Amino acid sequence: MEKYLYVALFAPVVGSLFSLLFTAKKKNVITALVTSALLLLSFVSSLTLMFAVHDGLTLHVKLMDWISAGNLNIPFGFMVDNVSVIMMVTVTLVSSVVNIYSMGYMMHDKGYNRFFTYISAFVFAMLVLVMSDNFVGLFIGWEGVGLCSYLLIGFWYEKDTASWAGNEAFIMNRVADLGMLMGLFLIYWQFGTFDYETIFAHAGSMNVSVVATIGLLLFIGAMGKSAQFPFHTWLADAMEGPTPVSALIHAATMVTAGVYLVIRASDLFSLIPEVGHIIATLGAFVAVFAASMALVHRDLKKIIAYSTLSQLGYMFVAAGLGAYWIALFHLMTHAFFKSLLFLGAGNIMHAMDDELDIKKMGGLFKVMPYTAILMAVASFALCGVYPFAGFFSKDKILEAAFNGSNFYIWFALFIGAGMTAFYSFRLIMLVFFGDKVYKKLGFHPHETYPFVLWSLLPLGILSTIAGFFEKPFEAFVTRVLSKYEFSLSHSTEVELIFLTSAFVILVIVATIYKYYKGGFSKQIETMPLYILLKNQYYIPKLYEVAIFKPYYVLSRFAWKQIDVRIIDFSVDLIAKVFYKSGQESRKMQSGNLSDMLRWMIVGTVVLLALAIFYRPMM
Amino acid sequence: MITLTHYLTLTGILFSLGIVGVLRRKNLLMLFFSTEILLNAVNIGFAAVSKYYGDLSGQIFSFFIIAIAASEVAVGLGLLVLWYKRSGTIDLDSLQMMKG
Amino acid sequence: MFEIIAFYTFSILVIGMFGIVVFSENVLYAMSALAGGMILISGFYFLLGADFLGVVQIIVYTGAVMALYAFGMMFFDSARDIKENIKFKKIIYTLSILSAIFVIFILMAPIYSTRVEALYPTIHGVGNVQMIGLILFTKYLIPFEVAAIMLLAAMIAGIVLVKVKIEETPSNIEVARGEK
Repeated sequence: MEKYLYVALFAPVVGSLFSLLFTAKKKNVITALVTSALLLLSFVSSLTLMFAVHDGLTLHVKLMDWISAGNLNIPFGFMVDNVSVIMMVTVTLVSSVVNIYSMGYMMHDKGYNRFFTYISAFVFAMLVLVMSDNFVGLFIGWEGVGLCSYLLIGFWYEKDTASWAGNEAFIMNRVADLGMLMGLFLIYWQFGTFDYETIFAHAGSMNVSVVATIGLLLFIGAMGKSAQFPFHTWLADAMEGPTPVSALIHAATMVTAGVYLVIRASDLFSLIPEVGHIIATLGAFVAVFAASMALVHRDLKKIIAYSTLSQLGYMFVAAGLGAYWIALFHLMTHAFFKSLLFLGAGNIMHAMDDELDIKKMGGLFKVMPYTAILMAVASFALCGVYPFAGFFSKDKILEAAFNGSNFYIWFALFIGAGMTAFYSFRLIMLVFFGDKVYKKLGFHPHETYPFVLWSLLPLGILSTIAGFFEKPFEAFVTRVLSKYEFSLSHSTEVELIFLTSAFVILVIVATIYKYYKGGFSKQIETMPLYILLKNQYYIPKLYEVAIFKPYYVLSRFAWKQIDVRIIDFSVDLIAKVFYKSGQESRKMQSGNLSDMLRWMIVGTVVLLALAIFYRPMM
Repeated sequence: MITLTHYLTLTGILFSLGIVGVLRRKNLLMLFFSTEILLNAVNIGFAAVSKYYGDLSGQIFSFFIIAIAASEVAVGLGLLVLWYKRSGTIDLDSLQMMKG
Repeated sequence: MFEIIAFYTFSILVIGMFGIVVFSENVLYAMSALAGGMILISGFYFLLGADFLGVVQIIVYTGAVMALYAFGMMFFDSARDIKENIKFKKIIYTLSILSAIFVIFILMAPIYSTRVEALYPTIHGVGNVQMIGLILFTKYLIPFEVAAIMLLAAMIAGIVLVKVKIEETPSNIEVARGEK
């Protein structure tokens, strides 16, 4: 079985290195084919591993010693258990689909070969992240995906906005990673090891406040990676990258790494329900906060990005309340339907010559019916309509919130669900139905290549049916994760489900009706609330004024005063001293024999003096 | 009573005279004279030490130094003649082709 | 008593002679003074009982070396005084005196040390020349032969160098005189 693990882990890196050879060359389809084949191989291996794990296997391999210094011993160890194998399957499945999809999407791009190099490298880093059996390995993967994310957001680096967004994502993640790093240091300080098993086994006997600090610090790292408030701004800007990247990294896999971290360290977090409560509250806040921004946005991809944020909030609620398997379940289903949604958006962009304003579309259903159906499926799944996947996972989160008597969290999520329904179908209605605005603007949309649509089919199917695997999934992952007991009576449960579903469907119907009738009037755009939402609560502005500008001033000061006046000066001074002394001593070498003799005698005298007066060992 | 110190002091005086000559003179021939003075000064020192320690090594060294001085004069004068043929002067300041 | 008188006489004379060599403007005077100084130095050798060295000094230096200089001088139109522009006089004298003091100090250092032992002690009753001969042809045989070869090489070099014909073209002289 170990060989499957190695194949799953190293197939992407082989693909990445292979296409790396072609990065400076012209577009070459071989790179795409090879990387796709290797990613599929990785997926098949992961699937095999999943079945093996289902039969009760837990793989634990130690590739080699990595760092051995004093008491510190960190191996390159990998672990396949019920949790990580779910992540592996999800990641490799979505990345395979995205890779095949990108063959169509990136077809005319200059950086064709480079793109596939990055995608495969990303998959490798993500697999390291999920499969590592210690925190340092996780951190390496964590940084690896951050790097690939940076490279892919700034993929079209000649665009200023893209490189700016890449930098923003990278820097914000560094800020949050500092928290994570401190958490790791604290772990090592307290436990003396980074190994998951040892840490979780001893966590119970530790001081609760220490564990709480570790939990909080780790959560700060998770907040950065999963773009939770206040680190959320980078995710919306990350949409500057190619759309497949948004689907893979900024919806399905990397941003969920934060949730995965909390799930992975569930043994730690279950000891500190207070911290869990904070996580859940923040998650609920973000769920509503992000959804509200999605309500008014006109940028196709940013709407989906805010939706991702909101869904990540849902996951954190579940993870914070101790319902780890539900969080993981939602993570998985979300990966399917959100990447589908993004890839559908990619099709639209492709058809509309990279136009993103949904107000300029409309009536696209006639032109691209398959994309429309797939996106509708994804939207239904996102809203949680029975029988789509989202229904099962999202309702479970709401139930869990209600179950823990956290009614305000439940209420927030409930409102969030309504908002989700609204913005999803606002998007569908504006893009696919209504007036054909694009005709006036001179666009000539067309359906994309058939193989691209076929590649989306697995995601479409999974978005539809994944929810029915709820029971087996629960049984599968709770072998490792702690169970979550529902104390609600069956009737309350049914009522809750009914209430939420009814609300969501009501909103959907209302939205469709409203936009069918022609949508909202222009007046709404002058409302203060609309303007507030439109400007993302002025948070980017606030960051700019409160952080960027002072930091810029500080940096400028450091440059002008400290760097130039002190550091450069001292460096220049050294150079000047040597230059001047060289200039002066050059005269010694006049070529005149008398001068040379004089210097010779000077040397002799100095040496004689040394011989007489210098007694080092006496 | 004349002691070793006397001889060595004489050596030092002669040596410094030689150095003055080496440093001061610009005539190449004079430079050679000065080096002879230096060598002779050292020779006296060797001979004196040899005598006062009852060891003949000093005298042997003096002997070799004289041999070296002789060959130095032979080669040095040859070069000097050559230089004079080329440049028509034996002024030291004319030897200034290697400028730093 | 005789030794003291001889030492001081010789010392004053030698210093005087060498002083003339160093400070004289005229090459002819300087050379004559040098020749005189050389002979006087052999007096020290006799005083010190190094008869062989004394004889060698007179023969080699005064006889051979000085004759060589005399011949050399004939090439260089040296009756004429060469103007010497001397700079840095203070530095020169300071350096010379300093080095002299240091050298004397170092030469005298073994006097206060007891570790010095005679490697080849003089044997009473055996003549100096005999002793030198004994040591030169036993212990110092190889250096002696090397010195002989060196002298031979120097002789050949001297002959060859002086025999070389130089074409005295103006460009050659220009090159020789540097960039002046």
